[in-house]
Amino acid sequence: MHRYLELARAEFRRHSTYRLAIAAGIFTNTIFGFIRAGVLFAAIAAAGGSINGYDPQQASTYVWLGQALLAPVAMYGWTEVSDRVRTGQIAIDLARPVDLQLSYWARDLGRAAFALPTRGLPPLLLGALIIGIALPPSWTAYPLGLVSLVLGISISFLCRYGMNLISFWTLDIQGYLNAYVLVLGLLSGFYVPVHIFPDWLRQAAYASPFPSMFQAPIDVLSGRASGVEAFPVLGVQLLWLVLLVVLTRLMLWRAAKRLVVQGG
Amino acid sequence: MAEPYARLSGRRTYLTLIGSRIRSQLTYRSSFFVNLVNSFFLGLLEFTEIYILLHNAPTLGGLTFLQAALVFGLANLGFALADLVFGQVDSIPRYLREGTLEAFLVRPLPLLAQMITADFQLRRAGRAVFALLVLIIVLVRMDLDLTAATTSLLLATPVVGAAIYGALFVLAGGIQFWIIDGTEFTNAFVYGGAYAGQLPGSVLMLPIRVLFTFVVPATITGYVPALLIMGLPGPPWLPAWLGWFAPVFAVSIWTLAGLAWRLGIRKYTGAGG
Repeated sequence: MHRYLELARAEFRRHSTYRLAIAAGIFTNTIFGFIRAGVLFAAIAAAGGSINGYDPQQASTYVWLGQALLAPVAMYGWTEVSDRVRTGQIAIDLARPVDLQLSYWARDLGRAAFALPTRGLPPLLLGALIIGIALPPSWTAYPLGLVSLVLGISISFLCRYGMNLISFWTLDIQGYLNAYVLVLGLLSGFYVPVHIFPDWLRQAAYASPFPSMFQAPIDVLSGRASGVEAFPVLGVQLLWLVLLVVLTRLMLWRAAKRLVVQGG
Repeated sequence: MAEPYARLSGRRTYLTLIGSRIRSQLTYRSSFFVNLVNSFFLGLLEFTEIYILLHNAPTLGGLTFLQAALVFGLANLGFALADLVFGQVDSIPRYLREGTLEAFLVRPLPLLAQMITADFQLRRAGRAVFALLVLIIVLVRMDLDLTAATTSLLLATPVVGAAIYGALFVLAGGIQFWIIDGTEFTNAFVYGGAYAGQLPGSVLMLPIRVLFTFVVPATITGYVPALLIMGLPGPPWLPAWLGWFAPVFAVSIWTLAGLAWRLGIRKYTGAGG
């Protein structure tokens, strides 16, 4: 346990060195936040003041929480494991006395722990100050939201890790990654809340792990799923977490066998 | 030393380079096809946002679904064409970090021309195809009263839009020489511009509307000309007649981009490679 904590800590420190990148990230996420808020406000105004529970203030909360969670949840592009598979260094990694999955997971949580206050909170605060956001109806939204967020980050990590493991079978995974990012962008609720999708698309989203990465933490933190209503949301996240852990374990187990056969 | 290049001069050099890039991309047919399809779906998914919003509301920023789709199609086609040609400039920070830019600089061709030809990404064409498809469907379904003036506007807008977005890519590339770690800073203008441009400009809050019209002329690539084509007036700070001045916006942003690019390269001292 101690060594994984150390890995998380090292990753936390590593990310603190990119000051300019942090400032740039805050700037970009804030500009995008203003554009996204404007679009949703316009649609809500035309629809008569509210769309499926989203009034302007709820929409603003959704947008700015989303901009805040973008960096910590980090759903997009990550090829560290696949790069190591391509260069063959993965054989050395597998021989190390730490678990491959747990070490990357710990590091990803360390990265997220740094990204949340530095890249996440500033756009949220700016948005709250300039446009205004709704506070959750109950204080329980904060601890439950934190749990949901850790689950969301972990699900995001496991999906990315799983995509990387594909490189044990096919060396070029760029095509798969691109397709993954496309589907994820829509179904996670990143562009538009999953709750206002047309029925068929909403069903498709709920059948995927993507809303559990992004929409779920936003729902719990904003209090859209408040109090006991938060538990089904957390339950679904937990289910995806377990499923993805089992799946990626199986993948690595099969992959390691192939690696031995190839004499890596 | 210049002898080997003497036979290939001017435009032919670039055509030869682009031709070789396209042939090389077509070599791996399945990979090329997958990327082409992906790029088509990228356009489709971007459009989904407008579809979902107008599924919930009768209008968006005063425009109906078809009208909003016209804005999307015009701006998205412009951006897709710019991305096809200039998207590679986006990799400048990586070249700088890896110290591989020198390899380009020692060759007897301008850096920007090499950036364009070194990776002319035909696989990105899917996105342009999707935008074109949207435009065709919209024009068939929408009963437009086209005059010679609005027809020429319809044809010129994607080209001028491509020029504006292309300038943004180059401007961002030039700035990268100063802020290698700050790529995301320019993303706000390039990709933020692409996003803001394909939306009805009236949805943007006033300061953002002014930013993406008079600093980064994104609304000029779709919304403003679409207003002229449909005969609609514009919202505050965004009069429709601005659309007639789109080429002026393109020329001024290219002037800025050219300057940033030149200064950027002049500033570059190399990584000791």
